[in-house]
Amino acid sequence: MLTILFDGIAYGMLLFILACGLTVTLGLMNFINLAHGAFAMAGGYITVVLMNRYGISFYWCLPASFLVTAILGLVLERTLYQWLYKADHLDQVLFSIGIVFMSVAGADYFMGGQQQLINLPPELSGRMDVLGVGIGRYRLFTVVVCSLLAIALQLILSKTRFGSRLRAAVDDRRVAMGLGINVPLVFALTFAFGSGLAGLGGAMGAEILGLDPNFPLKFMIYFLIVVSVGGTSTVSGPFLAAMLLGIADVAGKYYVPAIGPFVIYALMIVMLILRPNGLFSRGIGR
Amino acid sequence: MLTRRSLLAAGLIGSVLAAVPAAAADVVKIGVVLPMTGPFASTGRQVQAGIKAYVALNGTTVAGKTIELVLRDDGGVADQTRRITQELVVNDGVKMLVGFGLTPLAMSVAPVLNQAKIPAIITSATTSAIMKQSEYFVRVSMAGPQSAVPVAIWASKNGLKKVVTLVSDYGPGIDIEQGFTNQFKKEGGTIVEAVRVPLQNPDFAPFLQRVRDAKPDAVFVFVPSGVGALFMRQFVDRGLADAGIRLIATGDVTDDDLLNGIGPAATGVTTGHFYSAVHDSAENKAFVSEVRKANNNMRPNFMAVGGFDGMHLAYAALKKTNGDTDGGKLVEAMKGMAWASPRGPITIDPATRDIVQDIYIREVKEVNGELYNVELATYPKIRDPNTAGN
Repeated sequence: MLTILFDGIAYGMLLFILACGLTVTLGLMNFINLAHGAFAMAGGYITVVLMNRYGISFYWCLPASFLVTAILGLVLERTLYQWLYKADHLDQVLFSIGIVFMSVAGADYFMGGQQQLINLPPELSGRMDVLGVGIGRYRLFTVVVCSLLAIALQLILSKTRFGSRLRAAVDDRRVAMGLGINVPLVFALTFAFGSGLAGLGGAMGAEILGLDPNFPLKFMIYFLIVVSVGGTSTVSGPFLAAMLLGIADVAGKYYVPAIGPFVIYALMIVMLILRPNGLFSRGIGR
Repeated sequence: MLTRRSLLAAGLIGSVLAAVPAAAADVVKIGVVLPMTGPFASTGRQVQAGIKAYVALNGTTVAGKTIELVLRDDGGVADQTRRITQELVVNDGVKMLVGFGLTPLAMSVAPVLNQAKIPAIITSATTSAIMKQSEYFVRVSMAGPQSAVPVAIWASKNGLKKVVTLVSDYGPGIDIEQGFTNQFKKEGGTIVEAVRVPLQNPDFAPFLQRVRDAKPDAVFVFVPSGVGALFMRQFVDRGLADAGIRLIATGDVTDDDLLNGIGPAATGVTTGHFYSAVHDSAENKAFVSEVRKANNNMRPNFMAVGGFDGMHLAYAALKKTNGDTDGGKLVEAMKGMAWASPRGPITIDPATRDIVQDIYIREVKEVNGELYNVELATYPKIRDPNTAGN
C-alpha cells in the first residue's frame, strides 16, 4: 500500500526535523536537553500567531519560526544552558524538564489550552493521485522540505569548516580551544541551529501533529526514541531511525490498529537490543 | 494567671465562636472543582463561564441564603481532584460540589461524597459508570452514549447502511461506540469495522486511510473536542468526503468553541448532540449573550451549558429544601427536577440521578458569517441506553 508508505515517510521526515536538533545537542554536545520539544512548540505557536493574528503567508512563517526559535535558543543557551555543560546528566535532566513544565504553563497562560489550528494555503491542502497512489499535498511538501534540510545538514557537518570545528570541539574540548577554536561560540551557534530546526519542525507539524501546550511532553518520548535508536554520532542514523519509526508507526496503526500504537515501542526495544549504540554507531558510544 | 493577653485571646475566641454559626446560617458555600490549567483547561474555562453567566442572571440569594462559590483548579489530575474536594468539604465546609471535567476526576471523589454525604453535580464527565459510584452524584452534562443513539437512528433512516466507527480508546469512547453500534444494528445497518485510536494520537493518517479503504457509506466518529478539530482537517485532506464517505459524529467533533477555527472544511458535517449555540429559544439567547458579554465574546459550548445547568440545579434544590443544606435532602430535591435549560427541556431521572434530555441532529452551516451547528431534527427525552434497561 504505497499511500501508507508515503504517509509513513512524511511522518518520519517530520519526526527527523523535530528530533535532529536533539541529536546535535545530545550527541555532539553531550547535553541532555529534554526541553527540546519546548522549542518545537515555540515554533508552532509563532506560526499560529503570525498566520492567524497578522495574516502572514505560511511560507514566510516557516523561516520566521526557524529564526525566532533559533534566537530564543541562543539567548537561553547564553543565559542558562551554558552553566550546565559541565554538570552531570541528572542536573541537566532536572533543569531541562523544569523548562518543559514552565513552557507548558506559559503556553497555556498566553495562548490558552485549546488545540491551535492553522489554515494552510489552498495549494497545499487536499490530495492528488500520482500513478494511482493518493498523496496528500501537504505531506509531499513536508517530504521535500525535510529531505532538503537533511541533505544540507549532512553537508554542513561533514564538508564545512564550521562542521569540522564543531566535531573537533566535541571530540576534545581542551585541544580544540588550544587550537584557537572559539568553543563556546561554536556550541552556542550549534544550539541555536538545533533549536531553530525544532521550531521549524513544530511549525510544519502543527497541521499533522496538532499543537497545544502539552506538545513538549507528548512528543518528548518520540524524540528520545529517534535519538536513541538512531544513535547520536551522525545525522544519517537518526534520519534512518526517524524514517523507520514513521513508517512502522503508520503501517502498524493501519494494518493492526488494535496494537498499532505499540509497534513503535516494540521496534525500539528490538533495535536497542540488536544495536545498543544506535543504528550507525562508531564503535563504543559516548 | 489571668493576664491581659490571655483575656484578649479568650475574648477573640469567644467572638469567633459566636460569629461562626451566624455566618454559616446565611451563607451556603458551593465548591467548584474544574481543570482550569493543563490539557483540559478549555473545559474548565467553559464550565466556569456557564456558572458565572447563571450567577449574573440569577443573583446570589436563594431561599434567604447567600451563595458563595469557591473555585478550585485540579489541573485535570485525579488525585488532585480528590484532595481538593476533601479540603473543600473539611476546611471550607461546602454544602454542594459542582464541576468535574473528566470521568476519572469524577470517579476519584466518589468515596469522599459517600462519607461526607455531600451532593456533587457533574457538569462535564460523561461515562455511564460514574453514576453507580455514589448516591450523591447528579449529572447535568450527558449520560454515556446518549448522543450516539439518535445518530444511529438518523443514519439508517437516511440511507447509510455500512458504517465504520472510529472512537478514541478510553471510557467515553467505548461507551459511545457500543451505544452507536447496538442501535445501528437494531436498525438493520452493518458495522464494517470498528477502529479505536489512542487518546494521545498525534496523526490520524493511518486510521483514516483504513476507513477510506473499507469503503463504507459513512464513518461515525467520537474523539474529544480538542483533537476533533485536528481530525476534521485530516478527514478533508485525505479526500474521504470526495470518496463519498459521509462524516457523522457526536457533537464533540464540531464543538462550538472550535468550529470557526476548523473553517469551511466542517460545512455539511452531521452530528448529534444536546447543545448548539444557535438553539432557538429565549433561554439560550439570554445565556449566549451573557457568556459572550462576560468572556471577551467567547461562544459557549456544551461544557458551558453544563456549568449553567449545574448552578441551576444547585439553586433549585436549595429552593425546594427551603434552605436546608442536608446532603440527603438536597439529592432528594434534585431527583425528578425538570426545567427549561438553554439546550432545551431537561429532567433529572429520579432512579439514576442522570440527565434525560433531547438530542438534536445538526448540520454545520454558515450563519451570519460564522459556522454553527444548525439543528435539523429532535429526538426527545433520550436516556442513557446503558442504564435505561434497569
